Amino acid sequence: MNDKTSSSMRTPMGQVRHLGSAKSGTKNAWHMRVTAIALLPLAIIFVAIILSLVGKDFNTVRATLGSPLPAILILLFLLAGIYHMMLGMKEIIEDYVHGELCKTWLVMLNMFFAAAIGLACIYAVLRLSFV
Amino acid sequence: MLTMMMSITHRITGAGLYFGTLVLAWWLIAAATGPAAFATANWFMGTIIGRLILFGFTWALFTHMLGGIRHMIQDTGRCMEHPQREYLAQATLWGGIVLTILVWVIAYSVR
Repeated sequence: MNDKTSSSMRTPMGQVRHLGSAKSGTKNAWHMRVTAIALLPLAIIFVAIILSLVGKDFNTVRATLGSPLPAILILLFLLAGIYHMMLGMKEIIEDYVHGELCKTWLVMLNMFFAAAIGLACIYAVLRLSFV
Repeated sequence: MLTMMMSITHRITGAGLYFGTLVLAWWLIAAATGPAAFATANWFMGTIIGRLILFGFTWALFTHMLGGIRHMIQDTGRCMEHPQREYLAQATLWGGIVLTILVWVIAYSVR
């Protein structure tokens, strides 16, 4: 318990409630499982869509990726997948990197990477749908 | 032994898929950009290195997926004991290989 305990008017229980032992770890573990379940069908569907595009020409690929159902399913796959991988990489960093500063930077970098890749992929699919 | 190996494999395949999204992003952006960019991306995916990356991505995806199912089963407290947990690790390993080969056989036959 930190120094705040003595100076705060909050009870020790109030200070730790909802934090769990791992702070945001319990929330992340739950979100990890929710996205994992979502990704099970979504990843299979994604593979099926990609398989249906093997060897197809540019216009066919563009038309397929831009039509509503495949686009929505790919967007769902991307949203769940990028969030899932961001949480997973955060877990890996927190487990293997021990320097506090280095860890903070890498966790931040992880979020930037996920945000950039996620936005780029989603932008591309939306552009295929609407342009 | 195999249970430990498949546990670390889950993290390695997860990390592989993480960086594999770069290839996915490239392909999607190329398709959204135009025929020339798409041809370049497709050319790369067709090279030996490109195919190896895609093959690795497929294997990582299925192995990670089955590893996830394995984790979900064990989250419920099932298959934690000696013979079952080894069978589960075996299923993850071989299932991932079989599904990868299946997808690539389909890919080559429809091409």
